[in-house]
Amino acid sequence: MELLVASAIGILTAGGIYLTLRLRTFPVILGISLLTYAVNVFLFASGRLTVGAPPILTDATTYTDPLPQALVLTAIVISFGMTAVVLMIALGSFLGSNDDSVNDPIPLGDDSEEDAT
Amino acid sequence: MMHWIILPVVLPAMFAPFIILAARHHISIQRVISVVAVLALIAVAAGLAWQSSDGTVTLYQLSDWAAPFGIVLVGDRLSTMMILLTAVLALFVLLYAIGSGWDGRGRHFHALYQFQLMGIMGAFLTGDLFNLFVFFEVLLIASYGLMIHSGGNDRLRAGVQYVGFNLLGSTLFLFALGSIYAETGTLNMADLANRVALIDASETVGIRVAAVLLLLVFAIKAALVPLHFWLPSSYAEAPAPVAALFAIMTKVGAYAIIRVYTLIFPPDLEITSGLHGDWLLPAALVSVTFGAIGVLGARKLDRLVAFSVIGSMGMVMVPIALFTQTSITAALYYIVHSTFAAGALFLIADMVRSGRDGLALKPKPPVAGAALTAGLFFTAAIAMTGLPPLSGFLGKLLVLDAVFDSTAMAWTFAIVLASSLIGVVGFARAGSVVFWKAHSMPLAEDAEPQAPPSALSYVAVGGIVFMLVLHTVFAGPITRYTSAIAEQLFAPDAYMEMVLETPGKLSGASKSDKEAH
Repeated sequence: MELLVASAIGILTAGGIYLTLRLRTFPVILGISLLTYAVNVFLFASGRLTVGAPPILTDATTYTDPLPQALVLTAIVISFGMTAVVLMIALGSFLGSNDDSVNDPIPLGDDSEEDAT
Repeated sequence: MMHWIILPVVLPAMFAPFIILAARHHISIQRVISVVAVLALIAVAAGLAWQSSDGTVTLYQLSDWAAPFGIVLVGDRLSTMMILLTAVLALFVLLYAIGSGWDGRGRHFHALYQFQLMGIMGAFLTGDLFNLFVFFEVLLIASYGLMIHSGGNDRLRAGVQYVGFNLLGSTLFLFALGSIYAETGTLNMADLANRVALIDASETVGIRVAAVLLLLVFAIKAALVPLHFWLPSSYAEAPAPVAALFAIMTKVGAYAIIRVYTLIFPPDLEITSGLHGDWLLPAALVSVTFGAIGVLGARKLDRLVAFSVIGSMGMVMVPIALFTQTSITAALYYIVHSTFAAGALFLIADMVRSGRDGLALKPKPPVAGAALTAGLFFTAAIAMTGLPPLSGFLGKLLVLDAVFDSTAMAWTFAIVLASSLIGVVGFARAGSVVFWKAHSMPLAEDAEPQAPPSALSYVAVGGIVFMLVLHTVFAGPITRYTSAIAEQLFAPDAYMEMVLETPGKLSGASKSDKEAH
């Protein structure tokens, strides 16, 4: 169980970091989504992994920590909304300039007005 | 219970939807509501600052749940000074946005502006780390909208970079919070301070990783080299009033570093020794150098100002990195100075842009209203580079005085003084090309006379410059106050007692339950 969750977080993070280092907006956004999935599972696991126990204090002796579940809900909502925002901005940028590279354009030379220094 | 302290968060949160719902199509009504909202914010912030000036810590328990279970807002000297600073800067920036017509060049500027203020105020006031994350997201999502206000391809591209980078920062923040929660089982700052102190010296791996992750997140916000590379392009492409308001956003990072690394991981804590103490100072010194080189090398005025912000943040981080009472005193003085100086310079750059064909540092015919704009640029540049007589000079003097006894004294003196010189050269070159050499350029035959920036724009920029002058004239009382803030930060017992000992809903009930059983 621990191995499974830990390796899932690790693989998601590795894939996310690889994709965010690409130079096009679409892979970068996919990478950010993968990273947010990884962090959601990570937050969920930060209250220790307990199987089949209720998240509230009952008469039972074992229960799972409810706080990380509340935290992860907040995190899911926020990351979901943010991904939608970045997708819209990236789409606007791509449709406007017909170019989806993340970097600033390379300046053409000293005489160009729009150089990026 | 005093409800005043939640007003800086609630007021903008009420005004913003009201602007959208009631005044969507009337820019003049939006302007009036927005200015009224910011004026009310200033009044509330001034009241809160006055209330906490005698060292009182004000606590607000949301829904009356006691810490560490409920979320708390805490107003001490540091947080109330920061919200007052934010509110004052916000007023002048808003006046400029109205005077220059920036707010009418896209939709919903005023609503987003209020949401942005709500996020910043909340981040300064909260006493809970997860709540700090939530307010960071509130201020960021509003800043995404403001950043791409009025559109344009370059701005959208810079917006994608800015949003992407901040999303990565948020993810890192969540990783840090998860590891802190896994190690300590709490996210309330005062409770964390207690629990971190109890961690056994042999089991520090998790908490050390968490402390460094958290520092990285705040360093991204504070644009500390090598995590600064989002800043120049975003700030240069953002609409000028937005960039000027962003001058306070880098300070949110600096504030969070001061708060967390004096309260939760204080400098004398053994389990995190050798982490931030050893690495922050070199990074800050590199930022100072990098900012100065960027100022000298910039080929456009807006990039030059953005690099001067990086250098200025480096100057803020140098004293913070020492974590002593005198150095935090100097850092707080410099934070106020740097916020106003950066805000003024972004607005002045926009004044130049409005009458000129681009901001490239090349001789072009003089801009309309050049004499007054040049005077303001000259004053703000003196402040930013740290020449006497303005507050930049006093701030740098305080910083150098604070590092005098430290082991890094020689390095700090050499780098700060050399980079100040480079910065002076850079600003002098930019000013002389933009304002002086312009007079030798012939006007194009068919050039229509441009209207100078409006009087309200000059009032706004003049107001910020006047704040810099006040910050210089009243340097004595202000440093005494920042020294009182530092004193409170290094004696956090009153803060922790206030947060943890105040009873809330059901606190009494559970006690009587125990007694009954």
